[in-house]
Amino acid sequence: MQSDTKTKAGTAVGFVLILVWCLLPVAWIISLSFKGAAETAAGSPQFLPKDPTLDNYKTVLGVGNLSSGDAPDPAVSDDFLRALLNSFGIALVATLLSVVFATLAAYAIARLEFRGKRLVLSIALAIAMFPVVSLVGPLFDMWRTFHLFNTWPGLIIPYMTFTLPLAIWTLTAFFREIPWEMEQAAQVDGATSWQAFRKVIVPLAAPGVFTAAILTFFFAWNEFVLAISLTSTTGSRTVPAQLSFFVGPDPFNPPYGQLATASVVVTVPIIVIVLLFQRKIVAGLTSGAVKG
Amino acid sequence: MAAITMKNIVKQYGDGFPAVNDVSIDVADGEFMILVGPSGCGKSTLLRMIVGLEDITSGDMLIGDRRVNDLAPRERNLAMVFQNYALYPHLTVYENIAFPLRLAKMSDDEVDRLVRDASDTLELNEHLERKPGNLSGGQRQRVAMGRAIVRQADAFLFDEPLSNLDAKLRGQMRTEIARLQKRLGITTVYVTHDQTEAMTLGDRVAVLKRGLLQQLATPRELYENPGNLFVAGFIGSPPMNFLPATVEGNQVKLPFGSVEIPAEKAERAAGKGLLIAGIRPEHFEDASLAAEDRRAGSTFSAKVDVVEWLGNETYAYIPFESPDEVKQQLQQLEKDLDGEAMRTQLVVSLDGASRIAEGQDAEIWVDGRRIHLFDPATGENLTVDRERAGRIPGAKVSA
Repeated sequence: MQSDTKTKAGTAVGFVLILVWCLLPVAWIISLSFKGAAETAAGSPQFLPKDPTLDNYKTVLGVGNLSSGDAPDPAVSDDFLRALLNSFGIALVATLLSVVFATLAAYAIARLEFRGKRLVLSIALAIAMFPVVSLVGPLFDMWRTFHLFNTWPGLIIPYMTFTLPLAIWTLTAFFREIPWEMEQAAQVDGATSWQAFRKVIVPLAAPGVFTAAILTFFFAWNEFVLAISLTSTTGSRTVPAQLSFFVGPDPFNPPYGQLATASVVVTVPIIVIVLLFQRKIVAGLTSGAVKG
Repeated sequence: MAAITMKNIVKQYGDGFPAVNDVSIDVADGEFMILVGPSGCGKSTLLRMIVGLEDITSGDMLIGDRRVNDLAPRERNLAMVFQNYALYPHLTVYENIAFPLRLAKMSDDEVDRLVRDASDTLELNEHLERKPGNLSGGQRQRVAMGRAIVRQADAFLFDEPLSNLDAKLRGQMRTEIARLQKRLGITTVYVTHDQTEAMTLGDRVAVLKRGLLQQLATPRELYENPGNLFVAGFIGSPPMNFLPATVEGNQVKLPFGSVEIPAEKAERAAGKGLLIAGIRPEHFEDASLAAEDRRAGSTFSAKVDVVEWLGNETYAYIPFESPDEVKQQLQQLEKDLDGEAMRTQLVVSLDGASRIAEGQDAEIWVDGRRIHLFDPATGENLTVDRERAGRIPGAKVSA
């Protein structure tokens, strides 16, 4: 009994330690986002804001009036909101295309016998391993020639290149788990190959599809190197890249509060998406299909 | 509803191995046909060729009058129950059963009527809104059958549907399938490796070994007139005993003594040298319990090694030595049957009242009229009654 209590206490302590370790920076960012400009510039800051203010949020999102009574600087909020729109658009399109292509490719790899199957998988893996930075130069040159520089497709295409392999590998594993008889049963029941795929295989692979979607979305949402190298205006710049332009008027006094606020704002959608999709990723969805 | 005709069906895989080799079977309209054999005999491959999940290398597959070789599964209008049921886990029981109807684009009212009909038949009404994952093995089995019977298919195909159930449930479902088939009167092809299922369910049974059809006959014909050693060893439990034998006049010399057989049988086996005699365990009896008039002639005395008393009957085991020639053939047979016999022994089924004890020298009577004699080289049954043996492909027509 006593060792039981000890184990529980130990687990709790370890749990708290890890939580503090992981969440302290997040808590710091959130706290920072509620601090005024004067406080972030102070020499010895404290953890919690002395007098919390929503000024940073108002500035970044361009709503309401600051505590000083002035309207927030529209230049900051315009840039940020524009970048947020770019981030959403680019990440969503890249995710959608990536998942659709990956689903079809993975199904073919899992189900069909064709020459060069292993080659396709190995090359896909090799591409996933490729360092992003090494492609920046060539892509920069190519995109300028193709007039893709500083456009949405200019980012969507390289994002798909890097996320497709991972998505294909994830989905192939999921498709292999689905008993082939499921599909044969559908065909005997009168389904065409396409109907069997759409009505039986895809619903069963849903957890895999959502996993692949989340991974792709994260990559596109967080990516920085390509986003800053292949864009030049807020016409297609995404939030991570845009944040590096938050320098403020005084080069010795960066607007830490606004940076922190922008970080909080871009983190929220990610958390919401994870929580939403988490419900979809129901493990053991295939249980009961065949004798367990 | 339709007859299914297989003409010289061959299935060859990429490496040239013929999984099914020149098999011809005709399943009459409304007939219950069993495909049986040990694992790897090609029975499932044959079934999958009927339904269209495997390509046919050569031969003709006819459903009704239609040649279906090149038709996709969905164009053949057959219903199949898979070994592991293959239910759709993301759909409710109702939608699982309705799946083929929805694909056929039936109206909701029609779908509802047919699904309720099927669920009434299979007593699934209370489970209609549940997911397959929450059902027991027997219930899943019934859902799989519901999905098959709900549409007006030309035939049912079963691929070892009971092999995943426990023994008790298997017996119940077996009766259920038989009842359902009789009631619907629909052509059925049923694959199994279980000879009990084969004997009890089938109107006719096709026994397969390594892709070759061995015998196609009614269960009774298979049991009483097996065409060759393989069929004889496969059908019946405990299996038929095989003993080295030579025929002299009307006498068959067995390791334990001589047994008199009918003249007609003796004549067919005359002059063939060393043979294999096949005697079913139940054609022996404790001599003291056999009817008086039958006792004459064919009794022998042997030392009983092990006795298993089951109440209604007793199994006695009597070890014997056999010559190498016969031993080799029997070992090969054992391999074909997926078995692993350690020693050559005689299994004798005696009346439960028998008092024979282990280690005792027992007087055993054998029914000489029921002995079969097999050619050790070809395995062919020399004493088969061709009138009552169905079809035995490959056998030489005896004079």
